Amino acid sequence: MNRINQLFERKKENILSIYFTAGYPGLNSTIDIAEALEKAGADFLEIGIPYSDPLADGPVIQNSSLKSIENGMTLKVLFEQLKDLRKRVSIPVLLMGYVNPILQYGVEKFCASCKEVGIDGLIAPDLPMYEYEELYINCFRGSNLSNVFLITPQTSEERIRKIDELTNGFIYLLSSSSTTGKDVSLSDVTENYFSRIKAMQLKNPTMIGFGISDNKSFSKATEYANGAIVGTAFVKLLGEDNYMERIPEFVSSLKGKQEFA
Amino acid sequence: MGLEDTMSYHVNERGYFGTFGGAYIPEMLYPNVEELREKYLVIMSDPKFQEEYQQLLRDYVGRPSPLYFAGRLSKKYGANIFLKREDLNHTGAHKINNTVGQILLAERLGKKRIIAETGAGQHGVATATVCALKGIECVVYMGAVDIERQAPNVARMKMMGATVIPATSGSQTLKDATNEALRDWINNPVDTHYIIGSVVGPHPYPDMVARFQAIISEETKWQLKEKTGKENPDYVMACVGGGSNAIGMFYHFLNDEDVKLIAVEAAGKGVDSGESAATTYLGTEGVLHGSRSIVMQTPDGQVIEPYSISAGLDYPGIGPQHAHLHTSKRALYVSVTDDEALNAGLELTRLEGIIPAIESAHAFAYLDKMKFKGDETVVVCLSGRGDKDLANYMNYFGF
Ligand SMILES: Cc1ncc(COP(=O)(O)O)c(C=O)c1O
Repeated sequence: MNRINQLFERKKENILSIYFTAGYPGLNSTIDIAEALEKAGADFLEIGIPYSDPLADGPVIQNSSLKSIENGMTLKVLFEQLKDLRKRVSIPVLLMGYVNPILQYGVEKFCASCKEVGIDGLIAPDLPMYEYEELYINCFRGSNLSNVFLITPQTSEERIRKIDELTNGFIYLLSSSSTTGKDVSLSDVTENYFSRIKAMQLKNPTMIGFGISDNKSFSKATEYANGAIVGTAFVKLLGEDNYMERIPEFVSSLKGKQEFA
Repeated sequence: MGLEDTMSYHVNERGYFGTFGGAYIPEMLYPNVEELREKYLVIMSDPKFQEEYQQLLRDYVGRPSPLYFAGRLSKKYGANIFLKREDLNHTGAHKINNTVGQILLAERLGKKRIIAETGAGQHGVATATVCALKGIECVVYMGAVDIERQAPNVARMKMMGATVIPATSGSQTLKDATNEALRDWINNPVDTHYIIGSVVGPHPYPDMVARFQAIISEETKWQLKEKTGKENPDYVMACVGGGSNAIGMFYHFLNDEDVKLIAVEAAGKGVDSGESAATTYLGTEGVLHGSRSIVMQTPDGQVIEPYSISAGLDYPGIGPQHAHLHTSKRALYVSVTDDEALNAGLELTRLEGIIPAIESAHAFAYLDKMKFKGDETVVVCLSGRGDKDLANYMNYFGF
């Protein structure tokens, strides 16, 4: 059991996860932001590894990624920074990023570095399932890392079952097939899809992401899944003045009156 | 992987050429790419598809494209040089071989909307053309820099009724246009088909586009036999951006090991100048646009912005089959600079009365670096015509 598994054991609903890009807005802002998010009440975090060609991302996350690279962020620098992570942050933390920087770093070395600094999982949208299964699964399991897969309204039931078999953290449900930061309204179609997934009774918990930006969308999403993930809306905040001071308010307004903790 | 995999120059059933290829795509693209993977060979081998495809290639594109013996060029370089005249195709480049094939495929997949990326604009024009032919909506992504330097093609696309959307991220060239097209496809997962313009992208694109371009070498074989009595030349040469005209030119010679294959990349201002697109020289193994290949990148895995005067070669990767042909040494990858290419373009114009696309001029520029033993036969792929590049040529030569 890693921290992700423990969290989902303990808490079944209204789980809030926040995504932000490492090294943005400042090279050294990564851990400060993580700590502030935990204090503000986020349940877990996804720290983005910047990449020059983030093809699943909309403009907001693209720009944060490019700024971060300009700031000097690399995976090596990130793991250096994360050596202080577990002194200051106790909630689960995943890394999220495209496969190429991880391949260049070396997958085995990546797993070892994650373990060393206390990272609990990875979301790599363009890592093929077959490659994970054939080449990396042992390395991930050996480092107690969860590998999280995405599913969309177009993902077949057979494939969802397979993902449920391979995953040991949670499943990332995309509210629609879209790049990040699109304004997706949770329509009837989306609700049908969420209900369909819920009825499948997957063994893994589910988190809904993409298009969650306020209390309304958060509350709606958490009716169908164990929780929801906010990315673009938070990265936007990081681009504004006094963002550190505004983190508590941002997180509590997302959770709204659902927070009884 | 078995022995066969390393010995074959073609794709294996898992979508790899040796260790290159695969489908490194987010889940949002999976259903579309998977549908294509399941159906492309079935559709392409259907006699009705073949009949329609061949008929369009003949009556609409104007194939077979001539194999022309370039007498004065041959004399200059001391070899028998033939040009495969893809520049004479409808729309002026080899790109249309692929778009005609893919539009027929898209129809059979029931798609209602077509997207494409373009660098030089030739693929964009070829896509807009087949969409006009079929009455299908067409959206083309093009780097903002390329929109400037290939203005005639932008006008052609608009006249065909296509929407041209500028890509404003990165170096605003082909790589960025490809990112935007992939993002569009993610956001339109149901009724859109993405017509990729080169042998890049996730499996099955590199193999599918190669099969559509293979007509180039298929014709070359019988044409050369007619003209010289032998179907195999000593050398086959082509320029490489993503590598589709080169793969098409190499395809039916891959297993004829006596034919030497030469692929010419764009060195830009020089391979070590920091402004170059010579991918095999500057790149390392990595993943770009959905496949494992050779990529220009930093040690941290960030893609390096390439540079070439030629918009169609200004790309920091190459198709996975090229990566395999390079590492297996089946083909030789070389590069020439902007200056060398432009001068070769002028030389071809003055010797043969043919103005080549600046992309194609790269292949010709390498002739000067080769040493021919008298009677050797060379086929150069003249991938496109230079109309779109006139402003660049005029500017450079001060005409
Ligand atoms: C005339 C011409 N040749 C070559 C290329 C390069 O593409 P590829 O390497 O896929 O043949 C282009 C691309 O725009 C082109 O227009």
